[in-house]
Amino acid sequence: METAMKTTSSHNWDHNVVLSVEHLTMRFGGLVAVNDLSFNVGRGDITALIGPNGAGKTTVFNCVTGFYKPTEGRIVMRHGAGFQAEKIEALTRTGRQYDDDGDDRVFLLERMPDFEISKRAKVARTFQNIRLFGGMTALENLLVAQHNPLMIASSMTIGGIFNLPGYRKARAEAIDFAAYWLEKTGLIDRADDPAADLPYGAQRRLEIARAMCIRPHLLCLDEPAAGLNPRESTELNELLQYIRQDHDTSILLIEHDMGVVMQISDHVVVLDYGQKIADGSAESVRNDPKVISAYLGVDEDEVEAVEETIDQAIREAEEHEPDSDKGGKS
Amino acid sequence: MTAAQNTARMAESVKDAAIAAFLVAVLGFFFFALRTDIGTGGLDLTYRWGLWLIAIAITFGVRLALNLFVFKAAKPITSGIKITVPSGVTSVVGRFLGPVLLIVALCLPFILMALFPNRDRQFIDLAILIMTYVMLGWGLNIVVGLAGLLDLGYVAFYAVGAYSFALLAQYFEIGFWTALPLAGLLAAFWGIILGYPVLRLRGDYLAIVTLAFGEIIRVVLLNWYEFTGGPDGISGIPKPSFFGLEFSRTGGFADFFGLDYDTIHRFIYLYYIILVLALITNFVTLRLRKLPIGRAWEALREDEIACRSLGINTTNTKLTAFSIGAMFAGFAGSFFATRQGFISPESFTFLESAIILAIVVLGGLGSQVGVVIASVVMIGGIEILRNLGFLKEIFGPDFEPTQYRMLIFGLAMVLIMVWKPRGIISSRNPSAVYKERKKISSDMVAQGEGH
Repeated sequence: METAMKTTSSHNWDHNVVLSVEHLTMRFGGLVAVNDLSFNVGRGDITALIGPNGAGKTTVFNCVTGFYKPTEGRIVMRHGAGFQAEKIEALTRTGRQYDDDGDDRVFLLERMPDFEISKRAKVARTFQNIRLFGGMTALENLLVAQHNPLMIASSMTIGGIFNLPGYRKARAEAIDFAAYWLEKTGLIDRADDPAADLPYGAQRRLEIARAMCIRPHLLCLDEPAAGLNPRESTELNELLQYIRQDHDTSILLIEHDMGVVMQISDHVVVLDYGQKIADGSAESVRNDPKVISAYLGVDEDEVEAVEETIDQAIREAEEHEPDSDKGGKS
Repeated sequence: MTAAQNTARMAESVKDAAIAAFLVAVLGFFFFALRTDIGTGGLDLTYRWGLWLIAIAITFGVRLALNLFVFKAAKPITSGIKITVPSGVTSVVGRFLGPVLLIVALCLPFILMALFPNRDRQFIDLAILIMTYVMLGWGLNIVVGLAGLLDLGYVAFYAVGAYSFALLAQYFEIGFWTALPLAGLLAAFWGIILGYPVLRLRGDYLAIVTLAFGEIIRVVLLNWYEFTGGPDGISGIPKPSFFGLEFSRTGGFADFFGLDYDTIHRFIYLYYIILVLALITNFVTLRLRKLPIGRAWEALREDEIACRSLGINTTNTKLTAFSIGAMFAGFAGSFFATRQGFISPESFTFLESAIILAIVVLGGLGSQVGVVIASVVMIGGIEILRNLGFLKEIFGPDFEPTQYRMLIFGLAMVLIMVWKPRGIISSRNPSAVYKERKKISSDMVAQGEGH
């Protein structure tokens, strides 16, 4: 696995950061959904945000992508390398939303409206309950994602009405780009079928393809493996690996399927009751007693006892049914 | 089928028809058999047994015939009856319907003159009216059909267009052709002004507030007496000229082309103006659908949150839909003003909005040809129902057919919506194609806000 290549430098997320969430707090009335949360997403990493139900994962996502305005805190998106601490501090003081001079663009996401986050900061997202344009074809879905460049190419519709050559060229390129992603997600044969007609797994892939059509720097996936069968899950892992390697896109994902998380994540952040309880490589998080206790729903010092009981139960079950299926443990 | 079965079915059918006839007898007793007239010192009661018996007989006969020959069963089959057309036929019809309708529309005045030499003026006038509604339907289709924003106050923009031209003509003596673009711009401008606060609302609230805005415009026109003339309206609105030629008895269009003066020239001219305006609306709508803005409208109808996650500024996108729809209503409004020569707030009631919306919904949301068919059926149908004189032959001289006009019309609408719940043309054409163009069934297409 390519995590081996990355071990030369200590942790990517400590020095090459694409997104940093700083002291994020989100309150809904009296309910504190996220409390003083800070974490970094390394450039080119696959970062998983995990935690029990109701831990505040989706709230963090909605803050990052602008669907919620955070109560407190700062969310910084960087297109250039390094921390650019001075530039960000200066930007924070001016009250502007972003600084897009040159290649080292920085964005303060908590100040930007949702569509600007996608349009300028290039943060794409998918949804827990798939949100495709069901009555439009797969191809049209991907063309909608290229709305902003196409609007400019059609000179804000005026050039498009007269079908000027500049727009015709941009349109052909947009269709080619969409076809590229349909190819990559194995949907090219269904390009002209309405999205609502596709099977569930294909809809999940189409939503990822659509998000990739905004050419994002950061792709946020909300439970991409939910409802997928094991084979589709493996294909998804391959797709995500491909996206991060060949498209210079960092990935932040929420996932409940620990198989997926442990296999592909470089970096895992664990939330419980809106607070970060662990942050590190997949391996270190897996063995963290705090994480285990949060998932089992018991106190930290009871973890060993509970695990002992579970192991014993499994052994007993196996003795009773010696030829039960081998792939059952996860 | 054996003879025994046939006899049994016959008996069942007769029994079923008898039950239906009995129900008509009971229900019809008060409607047909008894009649009260205001007489001296109270009401006079008269009996019309003949009419009552005829109704019962018709019910029995028709029900029996239906059971025997249409349903081919003892009782009417209420489900599973579909009017199926072979798929080859529909695709041929689909391909040629548009061009055929266009050719018919282009030749219509001359067809009408040839077919009905005595009533040509009336029919061309009706064609103009239908074409106005086609244009309004196409304009509203952008807002409701494509962007999925239920607008119950569309007539407000029609009124803005009409009053823009009427007032410009009254105060500045501006002619139709100069006022037409101005009226469109003013209506679009009002679309933006009204749209900005309204479009933040969602669902039913959007529908209610657009309805209120439609009424506000009408009430303002009604009460601002010094400026708009209030309920008296504005009269003497100038007629459009043909490249500077008036349609007058002397020295106008007829003299210039060496024709005999005939008032029908102006009707034909008006017809072609509204035809061209409507075709422009259609062309622009069809082009916009294939452009990123049109796709964004449709995406907005499907899922607004997903749109925002893809970097689409939903407020601006909704505003463009609202204002472009309003602009076409403005054009249609100024045409209406010049055709009538007189406008008053009475022409812009909620009923107009409802009719235009009904045209769009009956035609099928987002379908251009559907709007044409629905306009012909709705507007033409209402007019044809005015001429139901032949029913007097059947029901006697006391029968007043025009009273049943709206009843028959409402029934027809209910039937269409039962038969085709998503409108007459209920499939969607994709705006971009990779390999093969496939029609998208309306079950998958979302309807948008407020439906």
